[in-house]
Amino acid sequence: MTSSETRSASIQLSNLTKSYGDVQAVRSVDITIHAGETLALLGPNGAGKSTTIDMMLGLTRPDAGSVTLFGSSPADAVKAGEVGGMLQTGTLIQFMSVRELVTMVASLYPHPLAVKDVLRITRTSEFADRPGKKLSGGQTQRVRMAIALVADPDLLVLDEPTAALDVEGRRDFWTAMREVAARGKTIVFATHYLEEADAYADRIVLMARGRVVADGPPTEIKAKVGGRTIRATLPDVDEEALVAISGVANVERRGEAVILTCDSSPSCDGALRELLTRYPGARDLEVRGAGLEEAFLNLTGDQDDLHDDAGAL
Amino acid sequence: MRSFTYLRFELLRTLRNRRFLIFSLIFPLILFLAIAGPNKNAVEDGISLPLYFMTGMAAWGSMNAVISSGARIAAERQVGWTRQMRITPLKPSAYFSAKILSGYMMALFSIAVMAFAGSIIGVRLDATQWLTMLGLLLVGLIPFAVLGIMLGHLVTVDTLGPTIGGLTSLLALLGGAFGPLVSSGALLTIVRLLPSYWLVQAGKSALGGAGVWPAQAWIVIAVWTVVLTRVSVRVYKRDTSRV
Repeated sequence: MTSSETRSASIQLSNLTKSYGDVQAVRSVDITIHAGETLALLGPNGAGKSTTIDMMLGLTRPDAGSVTLFGSSPADAVKAGEVGGMLQTGTLIQFMSVRELVTMVASLYPHPLAVKDVLRITRTSEFADRPGKKLSGGQTQRVRMAIALVADPDLLVLDEPTAALDVEGRRDFWTAMREVAARGKTIVFATHYLEEADAYADRIVLMARGRVVADGPPTEIKAKVGGRTIRATLPDVDEEALVAISGVANVERRGEAVILTCDSSPSCDGALRELLTRYPGARDLEVRGAGLEEAFLNLTGDQDDLHDDAGAL
Repeated sequence: MRSFTYLRFELLRTLRNRRFLIFSLIFPLILFLAIAGPNKNAVEDGISLPLYFMTGMAAWGSMNAVISSGARIAAERQVGWTRQMRITPLKPSAYFSAKILSGYMMALFSIAVMAFAGSIIGVRLDATQWLTMLGLLLVGLIPFAVLGIMLGHLVTVDTLGPTIGGLTSLLALLGGAFGPLVSSGALLTIVRLLPSYWLVQAGKSALGGAGVWPAQAWIVIAVWTVVLTRVSVRVYKRDTSRV
């Protein structure tokens, strides 16, 4: 690999594999991330996102495979201050104010941002002098965001960064992140919200059961997992008649209401038109994206995994 | 330079922790005043009782200080703070050094307070003797500082308080901090294998004569330090490779 190639592929995960006892948390994951990219690791709980992130940061040693960050090992990249992160765990340490905490972390990095600016961006200034143990969950999350931002690393890794944040907190968070991305930094974040991945990532890597099941721009991934359901109040219509509508994969009746599941957004549009033409009396219409978890299961398929597990034995 | 700022905040955190104040300074001070106050002219273990208990209580308090400092790692592990620190450029050695240094800072406070109280009650030592006593205490605390770091990787936050309190008091008691436990026989031979015994002896040894600590003291301190360091390295590696 030439040096220019190494630089553009700033992060390289090759054949990453990790098991905890009988549980295969991550199974031969290959991801190449380019400098300046904002990448979302999308997947339901237990998909292996956190384990992948831990291996990326050098917190967990892979059973097999390797991680290269900017041409070096995670440990060396961390030592050089090229990496910063926001992990899922944790409250803050006691006996230190927010400002002191952020200042302390800033002092560990070679080129930190000004503490004052970071407190302002993360809107932590107003409680900057309060000790860590006296903060609410949302405030704590904002401080953890400040800790990750102040390092101003080349690679920022965020494990479910908006989990404890309210709507306003999320908005502030992504405003700050856009600024980071605009300065050419690489951002990798784990999430289980398709909307979040779609809105803020250049690229989505979809994980399920420890594997990468899709990798591409958000539009592509959305088309893949964008199964939809139509819910309507429609008494006295046979379920079989509804399944016959083209684009409808499944029908479920709940009292007076029916729930039609479609494979994709376009097929849902067609099905909805046909439904209304055939049954003008349908009311209380509701169209929504199917749960991500369901979509993943459809995409990966249970049978597939059973085969693999049997093969592994 | 980077580690220095980290150390400064570590010391600050330690100073703000009231538990340190209570167990490392106030308890030993009260006990010392209660025991030595009414017995100013008494003799204990061949030396003046106030000197004996001044060293004993300084040993107990400073042991508490250095052990608790390392043991706080347990709390940082529980909330995930150590993981956060592991993804910063802070070296593990700097992280542990800061814990040891802040423990020693509190130990120095504890020793200074006891020395001050001792001199009020009537302990009279010349400058060399004071410094010798201080030096021996600081050296004797090394295995306890390592013990604290080891406990920080083994104990959970819920059991931290009782474990440290119980262990420190037991070691102090066996070492003779609350008065000589035994003065001869097989039991003394065993007690002399404990680093806390030599910590308590720092006062007597500082009076000179026999020439500071006997060789056995140095060996006991060194062996405990080496063994505890090895165990600490092992538990640290286990802890950081597991998750």
